[in-house]
Parts: sequence; structure tokens; C-alpha cells
Amino acid sequence: MEQGEYNRIVKAIGKKQLFAQGDEAYAYGALLAGCRFFAGYPITPATETAELMSKLLPLIGGTFIQMEDEIASMGAIIGASVTGVKSMTVTSGPGFSLMQEHIGYACMTETPCVVVDVQRSGPSTGQPTEPSQGDIMQARWGSHGDYEIIALAPNSVQESLELTIECFNLSEKYRNPVLLMTDGEVGHMREGITIPDFAGYNIFDREKPQKDLKDYTPFLPEQGKVPQIADFGCGYHTYITGLTHKPDGLPATDDAEIHTQLVTRICQKITDDADKIIKVEELFLEDAETVVISYGITSRAAINAVKILREQGEKIGHLRLITIWPFPEKIVCKIGESAKKILVPEMNLGQIYHSVKEAVGYNAEVIKFPKIGGTLHTPQDIIEVLKEKIFNV
Amino acid sequence: MRTEISISGFGGQGVILAGLLLGKAAINDDKYAVQTQSYGPESRGGAARSEVVISDQKIDYPKVIEADIVVALSQPAFDKYCRDVKENSTIIIDSDLVKALENKVYSVPFTKIADTLGKKVVANSVMLGYLQASTEVVTVESMETTIRENVPEHTIELNLEAFYQGIEFWKKGKKNGTG
Amino acid sequence: MFNKADRIKENLRSEMYPSIFCLGCGIGNVLNYTLRAIDECHLDFDKLVFLSGIGCSSRLPGYINADGLHTTHGRALTFATGVKLAKPELSVIIFTGDGDCAGIGGNHFIHAARRNVDMTVIEINNFNYGMTGGQTSPTTPIGGLTTTSPYGSLEQPFDLAELAKGAGASFVARWIPSYAYETIACIKKAILKKGFAFVEILVPCPTSYGKKNKIDDGKEGWDWLKEITILKSTFNKLSDKEKEQNKKMIIGELQNIERKEFSQSIGNI
Repeated sequence: MEQGEYNRIVKAIGKKQLFAQGDEAYAYGALLAGCRFFAGYPITPATETAELMSKLLPLIGGTFIQMEDEIASMGAIIGASVTGVKSMTVTSGPGFSLMQEHIGYACMTETPCVVVDVQRSGPSTGQPTEPSQGDIMQARWGSHGDYEIIALAPNSVQESLELTIECFNLSEKYRNPVLLMTDGEVGHMREGITIPDFAGYNIFDREKPQKDLKDYTPFLPEQGKVPQIADFGCGYHTYITGLTHKPDGLPATDDAEIHTQLVTRICQKITDDADKIIKVEELFLEDAETVVISYGITSRAAINAVKILREQGEKIGHLRLITIWPFPEKIVCKIGESAKKILVPEMNLGQIYHSVKEAVGYNAEVIKFPKIGGTLHTPQDIIEVLKEKIFNV
Repeated sequence: MRTEISISGFGGQGVILAGLLLGKAAINDDKYAVQTQSYGPESRGGAARSEVVISDQKIDYPKVIEADIVVALSQPAFDKYCRDVKENSTIIIDSDLVKALENKVYSVPFTKIADTLGKKVVANSVMLGYLQASTEVVTVESMETTIRENVPEHTIELNLEAFYQGIEFWKKGKKNGTG
Repeated sequence: MFNKADRIKENLRSEMYPSIFCLGCGIGNVLNYTLRAIDECHLDFDKLVFLSGIGCSSRLPGYINADGLHTTHGRALTFATGVKLAKPELSVIIFTGDGDCAGIGGNHFIHAARRNVDMTVIEINNFNYGMTGGQTSPTTPIGGLTTTSPYGSLEQPFDLAELAKGAGASFVARWIPSYAYETIACIKKAILKKGFAFVEILVPCPTSYGKKNKIDDGKEGWDWLKEITILKSTFNKLSDKEKEQNKKMIIGELQNIERKEFSQSIGNI
């Protein structure tokens, strides 16, 4: 990005110090990351992001379109992405469910794009204005077939901005859809934020093919596992299909080996780099006998609770998952080896709890602490459960 | 220092805007602030609540646990939100819209004052003036700037007038000892 | 003509042949006519994008040596909207079928027409879902036998040309492959038209619909299309009473209006 373009974005936003909602921060982050196409459909509590994008994108030469539904929104952003334009959509639970087929399509065709899910209470229409963390497993397994997904979870408005930029960078780097799994609480709460300086953050753009046109094989990476697929309109005549395809892009549905190679590669390009992708925040883990593992809005209460209990002398620590998928297996497994008990508070009936349990095995006891209905866990809730189920047992 | 503020009333009274302005003013004062809200589906009527947490350190838990300052601009809001308060919480109510039996309640005719200025709808600005003066949770300068920058241009003067009236009411009350 | 054929062959992906199309199906003809029309428009193949959904018709982009996006069932127009609005200098042509376009894709079809984004939709109507074995589609004629209407279809079919008109499409036309030159000229016009251009081409489906409804493959299939259609020029000469009683599908150029194209409107913000 040129300084001029950055300046235009800051001018469009208005100020560098703002008191803003999460929903706004996703938009600011997207623009700063180079997003120039947005397609979406109104849905509580994500509509504010679409409205802001509709206002800001035209000011910096980007395109906004409200599509007829969420399926169409995903289609449009994938279409924009294959021409080389960074694109994004935003939705909540019911829309996220509709988007699953196209998320799978984007994985299979290795098309970068960012999907923000501002989670609300479900299932079905549920409580439209209440937050939840109920789509965490759907983020990983929502579409059919085998694929990998990258999903990040912010716990503050500033982090919402920063992680949105990170989503775009990861999406471009790995040529895969990346999800920002946020929630209605972070989406609608306001906090002081700072728009980063021009030199204060990084932008990653997808790699272009280096090979000559005659040697161009779109789905055969020049090195590593991420292919260099040319943008449409540059003379490479790339065929992209959701069908199982050979490295040249053409369909090959009756070949088990080709399918295995393709699907394995598109999964491994992410799992091989899991250590590079995964981000967590550790607090007081060195001597912790009890560990609370949480993410998103819940972590605000959990961290507060852990700090209070530490002051009271409890050997307790906290692990905040910033990357939800790929799941930080190794880190959680290590915690299981040193801690005796692990508490997993979530605004759902227990979702990432299962991944924690799987990573920990029999090494420690994993206890879930679900809370649904839209009210957040308070620090006191978490302290009480810890005392009841762990300390005083 | 962590101050928890809850402002509640009917939808349409500007309760959420008031919380937003308070949060912005706190940021202007170089403090940390988080503002959240809840409301029903109705555009008018129903219940609306804004929570603001102001601190000089990074804020972990973003919601009100036990409010230090509670403002209630409607009876249902008072009944709902003025129970879980600390012993020495400051409770501020609109004297015409809320009946409170508690002693330590600051009862102020926000809506009446706004009416005398010509627009009942700026009652929340009167309230912010009174809130600022009585608790000093934000500075006058910050609140002024915030109001100026965040209300429709043609209403800036009216809102600022309402804000000053709120401050005046507190000052008069202090002088009289009725506080 | 010989040189033209050679030139057009260069635009095909030879490694994809032989094609999957059945003998007597009209989809291959549509590919032929489209490539000839593009040739007459002198379009740059580097700035051409073909999109499609799922079905026999949707396999066409795979045979063309150009940027191609083979998308999901019914949703090609949504991807096309993204492609065109993100890079307006690209020309966008979509191949779709009756089921893909009007069944699962119905909603996206009417919105794309309503928006009038500049794209050319070539919908190949074989009156059933052919690829999956011949089930009823939204264009199956009343009484038509399919694997999901063994007693004859009960549903009133769409007239997709009328639907496109009603949704606001700038250019609407319908042809059958036996009118080769007219179809080529029509596709050329559709491509050059600034706005949402919809061309329906009726084709036989010898393996599924044709077989079930005793329409033999080969010439009979093409004759059948002539029987169920009437040229617009002929239709216009009918008496009012005859027009009212007409049950044949009208072929020809059916709508050509001037409407502001969508990306022009966006550009003006």
C-alpha cells in the first residue's frame, strides 16, 4: 500500500483516536489491510459493519454491494477475490450457516477471503441481540468434506482491528478463507482505539506466479504447499473449479490419487504451518496447578478472575486462545502435563472444551463452564466455580 | 481507580447516547473506558441501558459488576437496576418520572428543565451536566468537546445549554445543602 | 469459414476433448456459436472471464482456453457480480442451465437482472436436470415425463424470457440451435450490450428428457424444438385470437432496452 492510499483511508475514517465499536473496528482493519470489495447482507448484530463499509469503501475507490442473501454474498466476494481484489463479508449465526457451502468452495479453490462472524445466541433465530460463542465448532466443521480453516477470536475492540488485518494477511499467505470469530458483545461495545500508523503494521499480498506462461501450472506450488495462482484478467487463462482437479486446474474426478494429493495439500499447507499461525496469550502459567482456558469476550472475565485469585495466593494461570483454529493442541497438551485441573468457560454448552479435552487426554481434569442466554460470565461467576469445583474439592 | 456507571430509562430518552458521550469524554481525559448497552426491540418505549466503566488502568471485565453511579430516567429502569448497588453508590433519578423511597437519592427534574429550554429530548444532556458536576467522573472540558463533536450541528447550542443547566442545578443544590 | 474454425479451435483446451456431451445434445453447438460470436466481437481472451454453475451446460467453461470459474449450483451470477464489480474492465459470460439458473439459482437470477450488472448469461434449456439423470426442472413442460414426474409434470413451467424481462434485463432473446447464424448474431449482440443480457437457447436432451418423452435423438430432437417454437416475426403476424391461443415458445430478440448499467452507477458515487 502506498502512503497516499493510507492517508485516504485515515481521512475517510476521520480520526486516529476513536471511541469505537467492534463492528466498526472490523471495517477499519479491513480497509487498512487492503480490502477493496465488500458484499454482505444485513443481520443483527453485524449490520453496522456493512453500513460502515458502504460509507467508507466508495471514498477510497472500493466497491460495496448488498447482495440478496448470505450465499450470494460469499459468491460475490469469491468472485472479486479471483480477480485479485481483497474481499470480505460479515454475518452472524444464521447467515454463517448459509455461507458454509461457499466457504468450502473457497477452501477447495484456494481463494483468499475473510468472513467475520459476529456470533449471536442460537440455535436458529435464537436471541438476535444477545452475544454467544456458539459457532466455534461450525467454524471448523461447517462445510462438507475435508478442509482446514483459520479462525481468530479478538477480545477487545483494538484487537478486533488488529486481528482483522491479520485475517487478511493469513488469507493471502495461505490462499484460504480466514474467519474472524467474534461475538455480539465485542461487536457492539465501545472502547478507545488507535488507528495504527502507516509503518505500524504489515500487509501481506498473495504471491504471483513467477513462471513463464507456458510453464504455468496454477495448482502446483513453485515451492512449499501454497500455489501461486494468477489473478483473472492477467492472461494466464486459469480454470478454477470446485470439482477435484489436477494441478493444471482441469477436472479429474475419477482419480483417487489426484484427489488425495489435492485435498491433502490444501489441508497440510495450513497444518504444516500451525506453529507459525497459532497465537495465544499466557498469564501466570509457570507454576499454575489450575489453568483457565478461554477466548473472546469470556476471557475478559476469566483474566480478571485469575488475577484476583493469584492475589489471594492461588496457583492459577490463564491461557487465552487468540487463534481458535488450527487449535493450539501442542500448547494445551503441555499445559495438561503440568496443571492438574483446567476450566473452560464458554458462552455455549461446551465447544472448544472438546478440543481441550482431546489435547489434554488423561493428564489433567478438564471441566467445562457453559453459560448461555446472552449474559456474560462475570469474574465472580468464574471465581465461584473455581472454588466450588477445584479449590475446595 | 475503576468507576462503574449505569444509565437506564426508556428507549428514546437518549440513554445509550449518554453512555457513549460519557465514554468518549473519558477517553478525551486520557482514561480507559468501555461502554456497552442493551435494549429491547422497540424503537420507543421498552427498556434501554448503557453501562460505562472508566478506569486509569486497562480494563479487564468490561461490564458493571456493582455500579458506583446509577442513573434511572424511568420507573421500570429504577426498579430493575437500582437494587444491585454499593452502599455508597450515587443514585440519580428524574424526579418526575421516578418515585424512590431511598434516602440517598439525587432527585432532579431533568425532563422539566429540558422542557423549559424548548426540547424535552435534551433531558439526557441536562443529566450529563448534573452527573459531571456531582461525580466529576469526567472533566467539564472533555464533556463539552464531546457533546460538540457528537450531536447534530443544529442542536449543539441547545445541548450545551442543557449541559450547563445540569451543572448549575448541582451547584445551586450544593449551596442550599439539598445536594 | 475454414480459417475461422481454426482460429476458434485455438480458443479450446484440446486436452479436455472428447467432451462429456451426449450425441445429439445441443450444448456443443452453443459453445461453437458463442466462440464465433466472441470472434466477431474481437474480444481479448485475456480480458474474458467465463463462469458457470453445476450441470451439463455449466461444463462449458472447462473447454475454453480463458479464465474460467466453475462455481456452485445456482450461484454463478453471484460470483459474476463480484468479478465484474471488482474488475469492470473484464468481460463476463455465464453459461447456465434451466435448473441451475431458474431452480436453485432463481433468486440470484432475478436480482442480477434487476441490478443490471453488465454480463451475458447464456442459459441452455433442456427442460430437465440432465446431469443427475433427468429430474423435473422449473422449465419442464406440463405433462413432461421425468424421473420425478413419472405421471407427467403438474407444474406450470417458467417462461424464463418473460421472467428476465419482468426482472428488468436489458436484453432478452431466445433461439434454437437450428437457427445457427441468428443465434450467433444474437449472442454477439448480447455480449456487446452494456447491461444484463439474457439469451436462452433451447436444446434437446436425447439421453434424459428426450428418451423419456419419446423424442428420438438426432434430427428428431431438433425437429421437436421447431415444433414447440414460433418465430417472433411469425407470431407478430397472428390474429389476436391466434396469439391468445398460442402455446409455442417465441424465439427471436424479445427485449432490448436502454438501462443504466450498475457499475456505471457505482462509479458515480
